[in-house]
Amino acid sequence: MIDLSINFGGIKAPNPFWLASAPPTNSGYQIMKAFDAGWGGAVWKTLGVPVVNVSSRYGSVNYRNTRMMGFNNIELITDRPLADNLREIEEVKKYFPNHAVIASLMVESRAEWEQIIKDVQNAGADGIELNFGCPHGMCERGMGSAVGQEPEVLKTIVGWVKEAANIPVITKLSPNISHITDPGLAAVQGGTDSISLINTIKSIVGIDLDSYAPYPIVDGKGTNGGYCGPAVKPIAMHMLKDLAQHPEIGKVPLSGIGGIETWRDVVEFILLGATSVQVCTAVMHYGFGIVREMDAGLRQFMEEKNYKTIYDFAGKALPNVTEWKHLNLKHKVVAEINADKCIGCELCYISCDDGAHQAIALSSDPTIRIPSIIEENCVGCNLCSLVCPVEDCITMVKRDDGSERITWSERTDNDDIPVTFNDDRAGGKGHYVPTPEDALKHRKRN
Amino acid sequence: MAEYKRPNSEAEFKKNFKQKKPLMNDTEAYYEASRCLFCYDAPCIQACPTSIDIPLFIKQIHTDNITGASKTIFDANWLGNACGVVCPTGVLCEGACVYNHQDVPPIQIGRLQNYATNKTIDAEKVIFKVGEPNGKKIAIIGAGPAGIACACEARTLGYEVNIYEAKAKPSGLTVYGIAPYKITNEEVLKEVDYLQKQLGFNIKYNNAINSKKELAGLEKSYDAIFVGVGLGASRYLGLDGEDKKGVVGAVEFIEELRMKHHQIKVPAKVVVLGGGNTAMDAASEAARMGARKTVLAYRNSKDKMGAYPFEYDLAISAGVDSLFNVTPIAITGNGKVEGVKFPKTEMVDGTLKTNMNNTFIVRCDMVIKATGQAKQGHLFEMIDDLDIDSKIRIKINEDFQTSNPKYFAGGDAVNGGAEVVNAAYDGKMAARGIHNWLNK
Repeated sequence: MIDLSINFGGIKAPNPFWLASAPPTNSGYQIMKAFDAGWGGAVWKTLGVPVVNVSSRYGSVNYRNTRMMGFNNIELITDRPLADNLREIEEVKKYFPNHAVIASLMVESRAEWEQIIKDVQNAGADGIELNFGCPHGMCERGMGSAVGQEPEVLKTIVGWVKEAANIPVITKLSPNISHITDPGLAAVQGGTDSISLINTIKSIVGIDLDSYAPYPIVDGKGTNGGYCGPAVKPIAMHMLKDLAQHPEIGKVPLSGIGGIETWRDVVEFILLGATSVQVCTAVMHYGFGIVREMDAGLRQFMEEKNYKTIYDFAGKALPNVTEWKHLNLKHKVVAEINADKCIGCELCYISCDDGAHQAIALSSDPTIRIPSIIEENCVGCNLCSLVCPVEDCITMVKRDDGSERITWSERTDNDDIPVTFNDDRAGGKGHYVPTPEDALKHRKRN
Repeated sequence: MAEYKRPNSEAEFKKNFKQKKPLMNDTEAYYEASRCLFCYDAPCIQACPTSIDIPLFIKQIHTDNITGASKTIFDANWLGNACGVVCPTGVLCEGACVYNHQDVPPIQIGRLQNYATNKTIDAEKVIFKVGEPNGKKIAIIGAGPAGIACACEARTLGYEVNIYEAKAKPSGLTVYGIAPYKITNEEVLKEVDYLQKQLGFNIKYNNAINSKKELAGLEKSYDAIFVGVGLGASRYLGLDGEDKKGVVGAVEFIEELRMKHHQIKVPAKVVVLGGGNTAMDAASEAARMGARKTVLAYRNSKDKMGAYPFEYDLAISAGVDSLFNVTPIAITGNGKVEGVKFPKTEMVDGTLKTNMNNTFIVRCDMVIKATGQAKQGHLFEMIDDLDIDSKIRIKINEDFQTSNPKYFAGGDAVNGGAEVVNAAYDGKMAARGIHNWLNK
């Protein structure tokens, strides 16, 4: 029997699917609808001092046939009265006592923090999330990502909050920083119960070519927004991994946020150490109903792999995420083209010739459009197999027998490192590159 | 099994002749364009007689550079809009699309092409400039696709251009000879009008060149002459009773239909003779005009037909029946068509033999002859020193120049009858040939 329930740093929820603090969690109405649809938790849209907003607020990056592949917003925290929000938290908890209702908070002074913590506890919130991520508007007033970018300040505020709070505290981090472990460690040292990440990334999603203003346009002007949606997932996963692998930070529960839309995304975040996930853009795009797909997919995955709880596989990918210096330099793959599957688009040829290592040749017979690999030139970079539009047409085939392995780190330890550019061990020697003049021959066949 | 009710109004006509390739809307075009792989040395370009940079214009559509896409199209093919609709894309660009090898529907290149060109034409975007006037003049005989293309190209090179057109409308086959479910008159004329407004070539309508004297006049007033005439009337078959009332040529039938729409009446039973694309068009049109029974009769087997399979399928889907291995020997009836007498044919030792012991009559009220068109030999004969081949096609060199150096030719007059896109290409290249010759 699969059990999706979690205890996330003291916050219990029937499943790890949470809504991130954002427009979908702006009211009790929305959160009740979400819980009813199957979400296990919700981080209430950030409460704080009354805030004004502008219109419009959202911008989108569309790519190919995908709308909202990337998304940004310049919306601030809740602009609804605190009393309304508190009353609604209470109501939601009445209907859903076992679901996680977490109050996201953002205020300035210690006194304000203490007051608002008292308020949300009284309302029945199961936890608090500290919004140290918002990269627009609030940070200009010293809140949000302004705090997320100052580990010392962050640590101090986490300390204040922990002193005042009787319920678990999640610290939400900003990705607008070089080393996510700096604020991560500060949060842990401040005593946080858990960490969530990422908040949005500072961004401009586009410029209107008529008014020359960035999107979203507010009366002819715009500002940087917070980037999110499927496009940011790789960045979020990298930062999650950095925290999960850190000996101290990795001990606290991590809630993964950033571009999560499908069960696959959920599983990937969990494999990198998350034990709850938070979703926003996907809900803004498709509604709360997408949780059905996540739930079904996650259960299917767990059933097939024979996992009972998400703790059975959380972090399972972490040992395989290493540093470059530990990669096996002797491992060799080359591309292989399955001529039966090839449709003759020749994208592998041109991408390799123009964009990589000139390791693919065209047939000398112009009527044959199936390219071939020049194996001695193929560095196994993968580009051709990535651009190929046909499944399993170009595969990367192992060429080493596995008997030898050495890493850069080992070579450095053995003092087996090149010291001049002409050193054979420096690589590059013997790699065939056509002469510059060859670039001017159109459709050179062999 | 009549699928179509006889159209009695323009609205009913339009319903029966609904466009086969309707215009895409923005969303459809955006999604379709997103599927293009941007193949290297793309097979679709190679398959296009005018070598339009198809992946480029599709990318331009996708990035909302519609004007740029149209420029890419028209730069290669002056009848880019008409060709998007009337080209047999399934055997040209779309037939070459690599998706076919994956059993994925190919990119709808023709419709994307129309999406771009239609928007640009509708917006009356000016995308061409007339060349610096060079003081030289070109006469063009025939305002069909070849002639129009030649005129456009010549104008960009700075020539003054006059087209002499026998009919009242430009565009030749495109406006007179193509089934109305493929393209409408309005659409064809709009494209020519669009080009004419920007490039300023003159068309002298109802101005057939019929005499040596007229040719001499042209030779005197112009530096070069382009012969862009199409094919002539439907061929006379020499059948018994061919002159009976109700026997018409396919070209004439289609032309009348294109011009008069629902005002022509097609009788209940129609026999169409022939197995080419024109026969398919004529049969399909007769069915759409409400004929209760339309029979295609072809002298050989189905796989020997000249028509593209999709054209045949289109006729069949309109409710047309077909008869193979039959050849007409007589039209029966008393002054008016009552039937066609056919013997069966059979292939004996590689030649088609008629079995006169096995004849039958197909009753009908109308016979449409789609067995080829006569060439414009009478015109060719009037031109001094003009070499033509045994099939009455004008011979040209690589510059599209005829044996009479002042004359250039292209399209049907040279290829004996091919697609609009071939004529458009020829016309353009002939203008360049003229330019080369005059600047030698």
